[in-house]
Amino acid sequence: MSIRERMSGNEAVATAMRQINPDVMPAFPITPSTEVPQYFSKYVADGNVNTEFIPVESEHSAMSAAIGAQAAGARTMTATSSCGLALMWEMLYVASSMRLPITMALINRALTGPININADHSDSMGARDTGWIQIYSETNQEAYDNYIQAVKIAEDPRVMLPAMVCQDGFITSHAVENIELLEDDKVKAFVGEYNPEDYLLNSARPIAHGPYDTANFYMEHKVQQANAMMKARQVIKEVAKDYEKLTGRKYSFFEEYKMQDADVAIVVINSTAGTAKEAVDELRAEGKKVGLIKIRVFRPFPFDELKYSLTGKKVVGVMDKCEGFSGAGGPLFAEVRSALYDSHDRPEMFNYVYGLGGRDVTVDTIKCVFNELLYEAHAKQLIENQVEIAYNPELLLAHTSDFEVGRVYRHLGVRG
Amino acid sequence: MAYNFKEEMNKPERLTGGHRLCAGCGAGVAVRGVLRALKVEDKAVIANATGCLEVSTFMYPYTAWKDSFIHSAFENAGATLSGVEGAYNALKRRGKIDDTYKFIAFGGDGGTYDIGFQSLSGAMERGHDMVYVCYDNGAYMNTGIQRSSATPRYADTTTSPIGKDSNGKVQSRKDLTAIIADHNIPYVAQTTFLGNMKDLHEKSEKAIYTEGAAFLNVLAPCPRGWRYSTEKLMEMCKLAVETCYWPLFEVINGEWKLSYRPKNKLPITEFIKDQGRFAHLFKPGNEYLIEEMQNEVDRRWEALLKRCGEQI
Repeated sequence: MSIRERMSGNEAVATAMRQINPDVMPAFPITPSTEVPQYFSKYVADGNVNTEFIPVESEHSAMSAAIGAQAAGARTMTATSSCGLALMWEMLYVASSMRLPITMALINRALTGPININADHSDSMGARDTGWIQIYSETNQEAYDNYIQAVKIAEDPRVMLPAMVCQDGFITSHAVENIELLEDDKVKAFVGEYNPEDYLLNSARPIAHGPYDTANFYMEHKVQQANAMMKARQVIKEVAKDYEKLTGRKYSFFEEYKMQDADVAIVVINSTAGTAKEAVDELRAEGKKVGLIKIRVFRPFPFDELKYSLTGKKVVGVMDKCEGFSGAGGPLFAEVRSALYDSHDRPEMFNYVYGLGGRDVTVDTIKCVFNELLYEAHAKQLIENQVEIAYNPELLLAHTSDFEVGRVYRHLGVRG
Repeated sequence: MAYNFKEEMNKPERLTGGHRLCAGCGAGVAVRGVLRALKVEDKAVIANATGCLEVSTFMYPYTAWKDSFIHSAFENAGATLSGVEGAYNALKRRGKIDDTYKFIAFGGDGGTYDIGFQSLSGAMERGHDMVYVCYDNGAYMNTGIQRSSATPRYADTTTSPIGKDSNGKVQSRKDLTAIIADHNIPYVAQTTFLGNMKDLHEKSEKAIYTEGAAFLNVLAPCPRGWRYSTEKLMEMCKLAVETCYWPLFEVINGEWKLSYRPKNKLPITEFIKDQGRFAHLFKPGNEYLIEEMQNEVDRRWEALLKRCGEQI
């Protein structure tokens, strides 16, 4: 029997950590993830876990200590947000290259410049190429479920890569919602014991970690890492299947919501999906064929599955809660559009950068996006059916590429 | 147990030969000297900051380290080893391991005085049962002899070069040993290579076998960076001590104790005269620079004597 509770997203991941009872947890507080190490140090103080909690002096040291601990043979966890993740940057690459399955609760918050404490995805999106598995969560329930699964995915011998489980700062990290928890023993049994093949504290076989690597070997090491990320796809599916058996809750690389007969769809990440599902329902009630895809696993990116899901749609809006500064759209847009490149029937795609620094996103906001996309779909239909476009090379040159980029790359609800 | 040089030298090496450190490098001598203080039966995990020592002793697929070893980055040997020690405590508590392990970090002055200062301070303050050993060669040698906060004043380095308007490094050396002593940890010491290595050995032994955080600052000359003849390593160390440029002392539970007082304190020129990095100080007209250097050495030596309760 599962346990019905009410708690915030931060408490949900802290609870998952308590149930797993990791060996080591180094952490440094930063809003809005601070509650995670707070809850956890209270579990230590109350004897609910016998984890070694290391109150480090910075996030750089948190990740460094996590690397030392996991390399030593300890199951290690930490939590952070925003600038904390940015300060870890250097060490994120080291953790993944050492093939250390550290898990981290990442409570998404805007990166500083200017300082802002609210949710957007600039922190985790900036770390998308660090070699960490990235799993995103719409609700506190998903954050809890994803964290438990992440430990098992990361530690699988086919993977051995670190994983971060992301959720939106304040929106889910601090909002109290209903949740179904597993019993402690079920969580422990699900993740199992961490028994690495090699570790520093194995006196029978001492090892050395972190060599100077010349051009003769560096590339082989990177390719092994890249292969592990590819293999993670299969493991993510297997772990989700096992978790479904245990809980009845189904997880995949992404969730499809009313996509079956949709002409127009949006792609979102994290808590926005909850709001957007409401917008989909309202528009569906008006007879509009709209749907939604919520990305759960961003690394490894589900290229094939997304291609299959979006091929044949008329228009797709990709919503980035993060500015990528590529000058041509956000990071999710780049990936989704790339996934569709080989499709025989590509939808037209638009990018909406939205909600930066916690700017509110309501059902009406999402409906505005859908209405724009529906308009684009209608226009596309007109062009396909009736209107012939005159080919004018001079006009194309005059507009250069900025014309095309400007048409598809949009910032939502920005003044001026 | 009394120090027995022959016995110590017969212990199995924990840093093997064949590594790629320069001939006459102080780093390798420091490491071997410290590790010899480990009981043969005790296991150790060594952490290393990026630097000459790391890139020369662990070039994939070869390692010179017999003990388990971890290098993760430049500025975080203290934090990295904190994690390893934390893992040891947790796994021991859970009955997953039963060997006795000791934890020793090595970093150059760049990785210790400068970029790794915060990580070191954090690790010392938290009181992890570890020894942090700084092999201080007074500049960023691995990247090509740039100044550090351990570089002595007036030294000619590649980022404090001498020139028409420059006499070398402008600032004085940071007193890191005193700063770490002010962390109120149980054991802090300053040492170097002297005679039969007794001072280094005994201090290493105390550092390793004192419970809690310990710090050793070991002057480890670099013939390339200091520009002296490779074979003069021991002579350089002796002169650093006899001129009181590098005094030997311990701070045990907050109590300062001088380890050695030269009978005849030599002028600073004896230490610097054979080092190319100070050659410009001996040009006519620069006598006042040497005088300033001497004044600083005298001032710092007297302050140390006071702290150690010695007669001035």
